[in-house]
Amino acid sequence: MFGKLTWAAIPLDQPIPLVAGALVGVVIVGVLAWITLKGWLPYLWQDWITSVDHKRIGIMYILLAMVMLLRGFIDALMMRSQQALAFHSEGYLPPDHYDQIFSAHGTLMIFFVAMPFVIGLMNLVVPLQLGIRDVAFPTLNSVSLWLTATGALLVNISLVVGEFARTGWLPFPPLSEITYSPGVGVDYYLWALQISGVGTLLTGVNFVTTVLKLHAPGMTYMRMPIFCWTTLATNLLIVAAFPILTATLAMLLLDRYLGFHFFTNEAGGNMMMFMNLIWAWGHPEVYILILPAFGVFSEVISTFSGKPLFGYRSMVMATMAICMLSFMVWLHHFFTMGAGADVNAIFGIASMIIAVPTGVKVFNWLFTMYGGRIVYSTPILWSIGFMVTFVIGGMTGVLLAVPPADFMLHNSLFLVAHFHNVIIGGVLFGAFAGYTFWFPKAFGFRLHEGLGKAAFWCWIVGFYVAFMPLYVLGLMGMTRRMQHYDVAAWQPWLLIAAVGAAVILVGIILQVVQLAVSIRRREELRDVTGDPWNGRSLEWATSSPPPVFNFAVLPRVEGRDTYWTMKQRVRQQGGLSEEPVYADIEMPRNSATGFVCAFFATFLGFALIWHIWWLVALAVLGAYATFVVFAWRDRSEYIIPADVVARIDRANRSARGEALVHVEAAS
Amino acid sequence: MSAFEAAAGRGHLDRAGRDGEDGGLWSKRIVVGYGFWIFLLSDIIMFSAFFAAYAVLVGATAGGPSGRELFHLRNVGLETVCLLLSSFTCGLASVGARAHRGSWFYGAMAATGTLGAAFLFIEVREFAGMIAQGAGPTQSAFLSAFFTLVGCHGLHVTVGLLWLLTMMAQVFAKGYRADILRRVLCFGLFWHTLDIIWVAIFTVVYLMGAGQ
Repeated sequence: MFGKLTWAAIPLDQPIPLVAGALVGVVIVGVLAWITLKGWLPYLWQDWITSVDHKRIGIMYILLAMVMLLRGFIDALMMRSQQALAFHSEGYLPPDHYDQIFSAHGTLMIFFVAMPFVIGLMNLVVPLQLGIRDVAFPTLNSVSLWLTATGALLVNISLVVGEFARTGWLPFPPLSEITYSPGVGVDYYLWALQISGVGTLLTGVNFVTTVLKLHAPGMTYMRMPIFCWTTLATNLLIVAAFPILTATLAMLLLDRYLGFHFFTNEAGGNMMMFMNLIWAWGHPEVYILILPAFGVFSEVISTFSGKPLFGYRSMVMATMAICMLSFMVWLHHFFTMGAGADVNAIFGIASMIIAVPTGVKVFNWLFTMYGGRIVYSTPILWSIGFMVTFVIGGMTGVLLAVPPADFMLHNSLFLVAHFHNVIIGGVLFGAFAGYTFWFPKAFGFRLHEGLGKAAFWCWIVGFYVAFMPLYVLGLMGMTRRMQHYDVAAWQPWLLIAAVGAAVILVGIILQVVQLAVSIRRREELRDVTGDPWNGRSLEWATSSPPPVFNFAVLPRVEGRDTYWTMKQRVRQQGGLSEEPVYADIEMPRNSATGFVCAFFATFLGFALIWHIWWLVALAVLGAYATFVVFAWRDRSEYIIPADVVARIDRANRSARGEALVHVEAAS
Repeated sequence: MSAFEAAAGRGHLDRAGRDGEDGGLWSKRIVVGYGFWIFLLSDIIMFSAFFAAYAVLVGATAGGPSGRELFHLRNVGLETVCLLLSSFTCGLASVGARAHRGSWFYGAMAATGTLGAAFLFIEVREFAGMIAQGAGPTQSAFLSAFFTLVGCHGLHVTVGLLWLLTMMAQVFAKGYRADILRRVLCFGLFWHTLDIIWVAIFTVVYLMGAGQ
């Protein structure tokens, strides 16, 4: 009846996951009870869960990323403390559990923190920057969000029902084959990623179409803000790379479920083919994450320097060059495979070449700041911290791209330090910069500056204290993923690294406090003008938070830095231009399709993991029925009448007009 | 893929109701078709990963049979004829839908479905025969790759048939509404893409395999 699922799947003998699971359960039940008692369930359902508004979907993506960041970070603390203790001892985490922790940490941080964070920012900002009312396919956008949430849910269910993979964040065969990993851990990993991967792919389709086909009048490609360009590049990479991941994981699933021989040791299977395929996705994935962060930094640096971005065209070229080159370097992840000196040399050189467009970007940011009147707010602190940290991480990357050096450093903590250096210093700092920068746009009030700065300093100091020792340990020969060790010289460095993780913990606590304090003091942090930072692109041309239709009248774009130019014209004219003629606006109706679809997908994934075949059939049927119901609906849009649009826009215009006049009086 | 049709929020344009550029915004028909093409390109990339795996593993027969001993080109030729003809009838169905001609649309869709089902029938018979003679997907890496690549295409055809029936039911229930015509357009693109992939399978798997 329940396939492989029995009571034995609950790890009653392991207190850590059980207590953690119980705690999360209590929190979830508590939150649900609170929402129900307050009577907010209908609001939650109508305005958020079934919303197809890109801004709300973006906010929910970012919320998911932040919650998962907490979970992934707890994993990180456990690993750091285990390694700090495990000199000549077992530590407190048995190998079986420790291996699950490092696998879950990597999986969560890449797929359910970094990905939803950057996708959330794109959702929130890109349609606003393009001057349009929504993405190309709003309901599909909601499907993407909820399928991603399904994946995250499945990974977290594995904490208390069964186990998670012990094979690392990428399940290399033959270890991940059924012979060596007979449990459900790898299946949890595979189905969570397959389901959320569909969501990510659909996001890619949606945003490529949006950026290429929908812009405000006059918004030509070379007038788009850089964040739109990096979004385009990232989503092109998603469309081109994620199908490879889907195919590769499908092959591993067939090996595990039906006894196929893609990657097995027997019957002609070829495990190195898995390496090639997974990294043909995996390397572009790195750029899928970092390119949106580059976009955020470009916007932040130019805004807070009060200057147009230096070298816009070269920035676009560099972005697209990285987009192309990212597909030509995958083999550097396994130089030690033995492909031969020539192949290694070609891929080593190709990997070094990627540093060139990245360097172009760094110089562009520096030249943007040069001569600017820089306002040292939290977002630009993250950006400056990024530039210093990322350059160091980039240089260790170029070092690893030298095959002979890689032979020494492969699989060591040097590599671990390198990719944390670029992912924390690049992607995460970018996500935090974007979070602080666009928070007022999303909610109508700014985040507390002082706490934000304090959090930044804890993060950056904690980062250096935690990860610089790992470079040293890598050079001392410590390999990654060690549950215990017996080299006395390593322990002091691991203790320092643990202290660094604790400093980062303080940073995260400060971020939580910052959010709470900002919500309490929202009235004094209120952004009434819609333009709290003296911004340059179109997202600042509407109120904060924007009305559901974003723009009462689609803006006319006449150049780059559109809103900056508009403001200058207003100041020259001495007031806003004449009130536009308002018309009815057609907006997509909300739909439960995404949520219901993900509901069935969750059961589908769970049933597949535990071999509950009747539930698999039921879930597939349910998902199909959901789509038919959606396809059968007769009205997919609703009309916002012109007078409602006018009322909303007039309020916004008067606040904005006053602010602009004030600025002029002050200057 | 009906969610694709929910392109949004561009009121003035829809009333204009024409294709082409209007101040940077494109009509829903263009946006939906374009987006669906991007999706199909990603599908083709997924197939290319299976093709790559097949190319790597084609020699890994582990002492078992190779393609030369297993493939019957007459069968495959029949499959190809079915699928290519179904692409033609699918094109006729698109024209019929645009012309709002019921008999034309339903007839051509039924023909497409029948040809697709015939294709699937031949494929399933081929697979069953191979498994019966001990050449199932668990026998060797070559056979794993073969069954996955060709089976994945077959799975697409199956999903296509389900979609085809749903589309016929929808036109029957709702008529030739603009959003439904956009779905018919997407279905047509999907069906033709399956043909493109089949041509590659026919060449790389069967012709090259039987000729070895």
